[in-house]
Amino acid sequence: MRGSKIDPFIEQEPPTNERVIMAGKTLYDKLWDDHLVKQRDDGSALIYIDRQLLHEVTSPQAFEGLRLAGRKPWRIDANIATPDHNVPTTDRDKGIDGIVDPVSRTQVETLDKNCDEFGILEFKIKDQRQGIVHVIGPEQGATLPGMSIVCGDSHTSTHGAFGCLAHGIGTSEVEHVLATQCLVQQKMKNMLVKVNGKLGPGVTGKDVVLAIIGKIGTAGGTGHAIEFGGEAIRGLSMEARMTICNMSIEAGARVGMVAVDDTTIDYVRGRPFAPTGETWDAAVDYWRTLHSDDDAFFDKVVELEGSEIKPQVSWGTSPEMVAGVDGFVPDPAKEQDPIKREGIVRALKYMGLQPNTPITGIALDRVFIGSCTNSRIEDLREAAAVVKGRKVAAGLKQAMVVPGSGLVKAQAEQEGLDKIFIEAGLEWRDPGCSMCLAMNADKLGQGEHCASTSNRNFEGRQGFGGRTHLVSPAMAAAAAVTGHFVDVRELMN
Amino acid sequence: MRALKQHQGLVAPMDRSNVDTDMIIPKQFLKSIKRTGFGPNLFDELRYLDEGKPDQDCSERPINPDFVLNQDRYKNASVLLARTNFGCGSSREHAPWALEDYGFRVIIAPSFADIFYNNCFKNGLLPIVLEEKIVDQLFNEAEAQEGYQLAVDLEAKTVTTPAGEAFDFEVDDFRRHCLLNGLDDIGVTLEQAEVIKAYEEQRRQTAPWLFGAGN
Ligand code: SF4
Repeated sequence: MRGSKIDPFIEQEPPTNERVIMAGKTLYDKLWDDHLVKQRDDGSALIYIDRQLLHEVTSPQAFEGLRLAGRKPWRIDANIATPDHNVPTTDRDKGIDGIVDPVSRTQVETLDKNCDEFGILEFKIKDQRQGIVHVIGPEQGATLPGMSIVCGDSHTSTHGAFGCLAHGIGTSEVEHVLATQCLVQQKMKNMLVKVNGKLGPGVTGKDVVLAIIGKIGTAGGTGHAIEFGGEAIRGLSMEARMTICNMSIEAGARVGMVAVDDTTIDYVRGRPFAPTGETWDAAVDYWRTLHSDDDAFFDKVVELEGSEIKPQVSWGTSPEMVAGVDGFVPDPAKEQDPIKREGIVRALKYMGLQPNTPITGIALDRVFIGSCTNSRIEDLREAAAVVKGRKVAAGLKQAMVVPGSGLVKAQAEQEGLDKIFIEAGLEWRDPGCSMCLAMNADKLGQGEHCASTSNRNFEGRQGFGGRTHLVSPAMAAAAAVTGHFVDVRELMN
Repeated sequence: MRALKQHQGLVAPMDRSNVDTDMIIPKQFLKSIKRTGFGPNLFDELRYLDEGKPDQDCSERPINPDFVLNQDRYKNASVLLARTNFGCGSSREHAPWALEDYGFRVIIAPSFADIFYNNCFKNGLLPIVLEEKIVDQLFNEAEAQEGYQLAVDLEAKTVTTPAGEAFDFEVDDFRRHCLLNGLDDIGVTLEQAEVIKAYEEQRRQTAPWLFGAGN
């Protein structure tokens, strides 16, 4: 959290009527218009949903609601399901029987039963295509540019990296989409986050998005659809763009997007559910239009200089509580705003940290590399490059790597990354959400500090009393081999 | 869904900003496949001193006496007074389910996270946005006067204090209409089935790659 009172936003001049008529469209405007089924008089609109992803935690009550009302899914082929939150990351050859907790097992079994009953495609626990929903959608080409995508999960914003209109919904809306293929929505405002210039070496998509959240705050994007643009974003891979869009919700925005370019199209080409032949060509022609017009109007614009972004580490209990790795834990006495001061005091108490401690002085107990934010192949490559030829620090209780899907795992093994991790002393697990939210057996003990590549550092998120520090995979790897935070750039020389 | 037209109830002030949905209902309780029964675990980690487990009898657990809802004077509160960005974090609808199951009908804050705000309306829970300085005033009054109640009128879009001071609030017409009448919005949408089908048909022609993948 920053103490500065300077409003980070450049508020745009309100458009005159003439400008509204003349102004071009933003990417969000285009996606909205393309999915508008009906505008209602009361200002709300019916929006068509091309793809719904389902997982075991937020869908059982929706299927139950459907059954109770005697309704059927509107369009079966729009849905794809997989269990991810509750699945264990060991003993996976046992399938469902490997889930020790009976309540977790019931939830996964319920998903299987519901998908079987309604005929919905599901990548079950033993399927190699199983994984975290936000990893498998893009991996399968089930996430295509220009789609509207929902899932009962706030990190659905991930798919916006493909120029999609993608956002998280609650369980009642999951049921609504199952039953009607539509959602009732109010149009959001447009916000542009522009990252200029180039990123330095060792600085990743994760650092960019943490720096953005540190700047605009966890409510900075509330009510807005964010488009990430600028030279630095254009230069990023799809994996890094997904990491950034994934955490839009941590800046308060349900929707985060990146315009379609060659990087997007190259990533999608040849994926199992991607179109082929003439349909592919027609799709590409359309996808190429998915960018904001030069004269599009944004309600808010915020700019960052890519070259100024350092590797980031969160020190508190909200994703906006971040600092550069060369920074310090803040001193609440220096905070003017009483509510913010109280927030810092409370966070430091929970985190067991003293004001003015250097970030590199924070000792760690565990390291977690995984989650829908950072468990794709590129993330694992970056982490492996850092730990290669090194050993996990003696003081650590555990360092684990959890790939985002069975296919990511297979790819990593093909590249020999698993061996690098195992030789360095990290655990190599099976895919799932794992310690990102600790619904399965992987969790932090009370008071333990964890360098985590996940997205939320809320109290108790990774285990009762656990203390999460959000970082990039490279920074987590550097922490694993040193036992505390260290600027990964020092290990790269 | 339970309709809400007017509501008057005891106010509990929760003086903390950025209350996230993990805090409202921790993940171990999300394993339930039901919509009900989350009330005893609302704010579990703040409310109790031990680590909560699903399907546990909460009446035996050690209580955190400092937590606002554990204070006698706020027992049976049905209006939650909160700070900025209430309900941030995950999309779990278990958060409004837990608040509703506990007995809350109205939440007042200077701002809410989008998904949480939306989820409330689906569950007969009314989130009201009031200006920060008004919320400050309500906090002061609620803390100063024991038994402090607020009266909410969704029809008139007002919140009224015991002294008779009324504040207007905004809420969009569709959500208000559904909540006032306890409407099932799936039913409302299905009235448009023909329009949806026509849209879908046109998309099948212009963007055929959007169809048939999940088979
Ligand atoms: S990895 Fe974490 S944030 Fe992502 S879907 Fe799973 S639990 Fe949610």
